[in-house]
Amino acid sequence: MPAESGSNRRPETGAFFQRDRTWHPPALTPGYKSSVLRSPQKALLSFDNTLSEIAGPVFGHAMLGEFDADLIHNFARPGESAIGERIIVHGRVLDERGIGVPGVLLEFWQANAGGRYRHNRDGYLAPLDPNFGGCGRTITGEDGFYAFRTVKPGPYPWPNGPNDWRPAHIHFSVFGHGFAQRLITQMYFEGDPLIWKCPIVRGIADKAAIEALTAVLDTQATIPMDALAYKFDIVLRGRRSSLFENRLEGN
Amino acid sequence: MTQSLDRLKESPSQTAGPYVHIGLTPNFCGIGGVYATDLGATMVNDKTKGERIGLRIRVLDGTGTPLKDALIEIWQADADGLYNSPAELRGAADPNFFGWGRCPTDMDTGVCAFETIKPGRVPFRDGRLMAPHITLWMVARGINLGLHTRLYFSDEEEANAGDPILARIEHRVRVPTLIAERQGDTYVFDVHLQGEKETVFFDS
Repeated sequence: MPAESGSNRRPETGAFFQRDRTWHPPALTPGYKSSVLRSPQKALLSFDNTLSEIAGPVFGHAMLGEFDADLIHNFARPGESAIGERIIVHGRVLDERGIGVPGVLLEFWQANAGGRYRHNRDGYLAPLDPNFGGCGRTITGEDGFYAFRTVKPGPYPWPNGPNDWRPAHIHFSVFGHGFAQRLITQMYFEGDPLIWKCPIVRGIADKAAIEALTAVLDTQATIPMDALAYKFDIVLRGRRSSLFENRLEGN
Repeated sequence: MTQSLDRLKESPSQTAGPYVHIGLTPNFCGIGGVYATDLGATMVNDKTKGERIGLRIRVLDGTGTPLKDALIEIWQADADGLYNSPAELRGAADPNFFGWGRCPTDMDTGVCAFETIKPGRVPFRDGRLMAPHITLWMVARGINLGLHTRLYFSDEEEANAGDPILARIEHRVRVPTLIAERQGDTYVFDVHLQGEKETVFFDS
């Protein structure tokens, strides 16, 4: 699936910048109870990327269906649509150098407007919406831009502390061009007071890092009389220039 | 004052949560009709070159209990050691092998079963060949940042002995945590998230 066909860009083959693991949440965040038994206790093995990490699968636009990026309609019965606050989520996928990353597969999932997931393990009493599935996907364009349409998810309670509630959020899964850029994260909404109380969010130590996951209301992109808009940019690991990589000499 | 490096910070990771299937394998969790098939569910076809193998992978927590809500992705070279990726400059990979697969752990048994091919050898940065391996990346509720490791093969003892990444493991008793055991045409691999048998995870 050649994603860059038609592009004039040379494929980049340099190693990725080191991950700042003080910026990401650490593995063990005891306030988020599930992390206690699921966090490695031994040090990670560090090494500069080999081709196994530098290379990665790239997905072509041909795999996308007509309604993949429209969660209001991709599960709805003909002529119907999901209930809730209609929003557009849009933004850009960049790398740490500020360069737009084209051909990035984004997959997203979320609860419905009442905070209920369409999943057999979610027993929350808020009802399912018969016209809402909760999954979508798209692929970034030449400059890294993406957009999708959905309803704003509701907050929901979860069995962590006795009275913990997740802020409204949308889960994002992101593929870059190298498998070492693989990332899953969550998008939050500007002004939600639950953000600062959430043990999953608070696993992130730096306030600026939490703000980097908080989408901003974008009234310029709003469609009047139709849908509000939120802007959410995603940043992937940057990479070194491949011109001076020692890999080229050894062979 | 000097110029600024003017770099952005990577978006911080968050857990995939217990409902990761909704987004990544919707058909698996009963959300039909949105995508025809779940992405990454099938890795080989009739024309794929190489030795067919099965992988049977589990992820276990600090008490030895298998995770039933994890999701594993694998990434590997083709039978000739070529990656199907724009970063592969040594030649064209097998067009019938994408090299990437995705499998949620079974909700009852905790097993991820992949059908793939045994990968060829890929060069390390200095040109030496690495032993055949498959890159694993896994997420789940309780995992804040996806975990990265490799699966090597028990019947590649000689290659494993010369592998530059395995050679970096200071505590040699931990090397077997990265080696899957061959049982017929299937390799069995348990990932231990923590404790005595903890798998070696990578920062790369």
